[in-house]
Amino acid sequence: MSNGVILFHTTAMAMKAEKALTREGFQVTLVPTPREFSSDCGIAVRFPWSLVEAIRPLLQNAAVEVQAVHKLG
Amino acid sequence: MIYLDNAATSWPKPPEVLKAMSDLLERAGGNPGRSGHRMSIAAARVVYDAREEVAGLFNCHDPLRVVFTSNATYALNQALYGLLKPGDRVVTSSMEHNAVMRPLRDLERKGVKLTVVPCNADGTLNLPAFSKAVTPGTRLVALIHASNVVGTVMPVAEVAQIAHKAGALLLVDAAQSAAVLPIDITAAGIDLLAFTGHKGPLGPTGIGALVIGEKVDTAQMAPLARGGTGSQSDREEQPEFLPDKYESGTPNAVGIAGLEAGLKFVRKTGLTAILEHEKQLTETLIAGLMSIPGVTVYGCRECQKSVAIVSFTVRGKTVSEIGQRLDDEYGILVRVGLHCAPAAHRTIGTFPEGTVRLAPGFFTTMAEIRTTLRAIERLARS
Repeated sequence: MSNGVILFHTTAMAMKAEKALTREGFQVTLVPTPREFSSDCGIAVRFPWSLVEAIRPLLQNAAVEVQAVHKLG
Repeated sequence: MIYLDNAATSWPKPPEVLKAMSDLLERAGGNPGRSGHRMSIAAARVVYDAREEVAGLFNCHDPLRVVFTSNATYALNQALYGLLKPGDRVVTSSMEHNAVMRPLRDLERKGVKLTVVPCNADGTLNLPAFSKAVTPGTRLVALIHASNVVGTVMPVAEVAQIAHKAGALLLVDAAQSAAVLPIDITAAGIDLLAFTGHKGPLGPTGIGALVIGEKVDTAQMAPLARGGTGSQSDREEQPEFLPDKYESGTPNAVGIAGLEAGLKFVRKTGLTAILEHEKQLTETLIAGLMSIPGVTVYGCRECQKSVAIVSFTVRGKTVSEIGQRLDDEYGILVRVGLHCAPAAHRTIGTFPEGTVRLAPGFFTTMAEIRTTLRAIERLARS
């Protein structure tokens, strides 16, 4: 099963995203931003890629600003 | 020992505060938001949770608009130096602490147009005079919420309306009112709120915050310090997004953990319960002091709202003598002098001698207040 990562501008936003997703029962993990992606912030949220469509509106509702979403190879 | 200097810093702290700080060092000792390993993330979680706790306390809708600083002074400096440029108009009151007055006097020398509106002798705001001074085009109104000298509370919601009508932002110095009085920045129209963690919030020294309301365009507020933020590390320019724009350098994670624990204690106990207890202590103190011959109590007696701060003088005695003897002979700890607020003491007529300030806290007992009153009575007679 492949994973994805959500990148953010700031650590605070990564924390906000983790809280919002965990509250909704999503299994996500905070990880160091993989070096292959250029990100503003050193911490990213890793999640099962199958959930990508479910996660997007949730983050939007929680006013989480996302820098980018990438699928991990 | 009887500690009556809670307006300088609250003491004792709830045990939860000490535990949260030691837990942080033991279990989450990484650098928050820098490295990305588990201890760094654990620290970042504590910092974020504290942002939410602060945002919740003041009804700020976005935890990322809570900027941690070292204290209220730094938060106030950030707002004042960040916003005001030469030619801008700023209005403040004559009850301000030097944390506001000194930056403003410095900015005045640099071309900012400053108006200090005189307050009434009981420390209350002269609202018509204040309203008149806030002319259209004023950039900022800076106002203390609760006086650190006499405990009077300023009508911030009314002042917010006055400020907004003139197109100005309102900056509130909540050093003595945060986690003491209910503050809803959204309902009251407070644009910037500065506070410290070691007074009402019952946290440690060295941590405070600036809460930035939604109306403030942060593109127009320059950071006071620039440096590493753990974000945009490929760039040599300061990031524009919050909170990083105003949080350069490793944050005081230990202090933040303590602040959060203190705020949780306050929330659990309830602001109303704390305020009610402190009100009973303060009223007993004031009534007792006023019955002692030769004692003058300052501040507003008719005001419904005030915080637990009482200032007094004794005829024929210097304030330093009273303070020294209370400590030496009775083990009662108070603060005497000008309390970093010369303008406030001029306003109430106690400059340059100052006053003796008694500031009970949530952990002060009624028995301690009675003991204190007996001690002051004996000192006044001697």
